[in-house]
Amino acid sequence: MEDTITTEPMVRVTRLKKVYESSGRRVEAIGDVTFSVARGEFACIVGPSGAGKTTLLKCLAGLLQPTSGTVELEGTPVTGPPPGMAVVFQEYGRSLFPWKTVQQNIDLPLRQKGLPRPERERLTAEALTAVGLADVSRAYPWQLSGGMQQRVAIARAVAYEPHVLLMDEPFAAVDAQTRAELEDLVRSLWKTLGITTLFVTHDIDEAVYLGERVLVLSASPTHILEDVPVGLPVDRDQVTTRSTAGFAELRARVHRGIQDAKAGRQSTAQSIVGTAQ
Amino acid sequence: MTAPAYRHAVPEEATTMTTSTTSPARRTAARAGRRVLLALGLPVLLVVLWWIASANSTNYYFPPLSTILDWFRQLWLGNKFGSDVVPSLIRLFAGFAISVVLGVAAGVALGLTDALRRGAEPVLEFVRAIPPTVLVPVIAIFAGIGDSSKILVIVSGCVWPILLNTAEGVRAADEVMVDTCRSFGIRGFARLRHMVLPAAGPQIAAGLRQALSIGLILMVIGEMFAATNGLGFSIVQFQRTFAIPQMWSGIILLGVIGFVLSVVFNLVEKRALGWYQGQRESQKRNG
Ligand SMILES: Nc1ncnc2c1ncn2[C@@H]1O[C@H](COP(=O)(O)OP(=O)(O)OP(=O)(O)O)[C@@H](O)[C@H]1O
Ligand SMILES: [Mg+2]
Repeated sequence: MEDTITTEPMVRVTRLKKVYESSGRRVEAIGDVTFSVARGEFACIVGPSGAGKTTLLKCLAGLLQPTSGTVELEGTPVTGPPPGMAVVFQEYGRSLFPWKTVQQNIDLPLRQKGLPRPERERLTAEALTAVGLADVSRAYPWQLSGGMQQRVAIARAVAYEPHVLLMDEPFAAVDAQTRAELEDLVRSLWKTLGITTLFVTHDIDEAVYLGERVLVLSASPTHILEDVPVGLPVDRDQVTTRSTAGFAELRARVHRGIQDAKAGRQSTAQSIVGTAQ
Repeated sequence: MTAPAYRHAVPEEATTMTTSTTSPARRTAARAGRRVLLALGLPVLLVVLWWIASANSTNYYFPPLSTILDWFRQLWLGNKFGSDVVPSLIRLFAGFAISVVLGVAAGVALGLTDALRRGAEPVLEFVRAIPPTVLVPVIAIFAGIGDSSKILVIVSGCVWPILLNTAEGVRAADEVMVDTCRSFGIRGFARLRHMVLPAAGPQIAAGLRQALSIGLILMVIGEMFAATNGLGFSIVQFQRTFAIPQMWSGIILLGVIGFVLSVVFNLVEKRALGWYQGQRESQKRNG
């Protein structure tokens, strides 16, 4: 990898800081975060609940204005939602339009892009086939199970042909079996399409299983604790990959990182309690 | 039978599929028939009771139903249909249509702009608190007694529930859906058409329903006050000339019109907001 110095990273986050201020309350959600993601990379962002994962993702997506610092997509600063990005939200039930069929849901963003009809139909059909939902294109989202709805959301994002795909805990609300299936789906989509993917989760195993790289976040005010390259083979399998020694080691390493962060937070909390008494 | 590719919106179909041998179409028909019977049962009973109770009535103010219905046929199915019923209905529809356009447009504007809504809210509450009926004589003063005056009366009452409900529905748009639109570049008119308006649809429909019944009332009152034809005008005319059975027949006609409008409204709503019904049912089933 000699050309990493010369090629522009796909996403570059520099000294990002986000403070929520509302009616006198001040929450420093993101302290100071710097990282970049290479073209075609699959990076997982893992952090405890309330770590500011959603906040970070919204800043990346241009949905939230950072307090300071910058986000760049392919060298261009992100000031609003950039056209080359697609987001899969955690709340699939609220992200799909219930008054539109599955097919219409996928079609709408493509129409906004001004694509001609045959092109839209091709992209929609391909995306639905890729997520295994070709036979329910005329159903409404509420007629589908949770896992199927999340598949539709993924299909919508994929059909949009983004350069970067952002996913915010997309499988937090589905059962374990469906979750494993969806993980493999995302992995295989990434392998075949090569979309740069940023996947946010609070599940360490999921992060290690999916990513080529895991960024471990501290509790808020967030900074990056560790940047762990995942050296597992590209072809992964729920049973064999998860039972390898390499997987266990990576998992332990990420775990320790988070535990250390928690311990750090607890010791500061105790010292605060200590001084108050 | 193959397994359904996705969950059915109608759950009983899945449970009865194995035991019942009758075709689904026939069962649907039977169910529809039962619903019609239930819906018509009480009204029919009341009419029969009225008929029997008033059969030999000599009370001047409560003539026998048979007499009233006789007049009903002569008047409203006769030449008064064209001269009075049709003009009334045209006024109602015109007033309602104008209210929908104004109310939805202003409601969307208010719902989307916080500053506008905060500025307009006190004024809206004040205007809404005025019973629309007191405006009838006022409107008659400056708009005369023509059709436009009657339509204006209807609009003055109908527009508020539509406007307020639309504003409320638009304002309550889901945050995730708003973010979804932003990240997929769905903005401007497309956002309005594909997200804002459908999302506010159920609430707008509630406003339209209120507006329709207010509109019917105002149609009658507007015509009672100053008019030369129309249903309200005719009923007052009969009352003043002590044509009691004719007056009753007009009141019955009003009831029938209100009923038909509500049935039509329900049908349209069911078609337009079928997704909402389906979504609610699936949420109920899945907890
Ligand atoms: N709109 C907001 N206004 C004020 N504070 C907020 C807002 N959104 C989030 N926060 C705060 O910022 C911090 C980070 O929130 P965020 O939702 O980004 O965390 P998260 O890592 O996504 O959490 P979870 O795992 O629960 O989804 C939390 O302390 C939260 O209370
Ligand atoms: Mg979150």
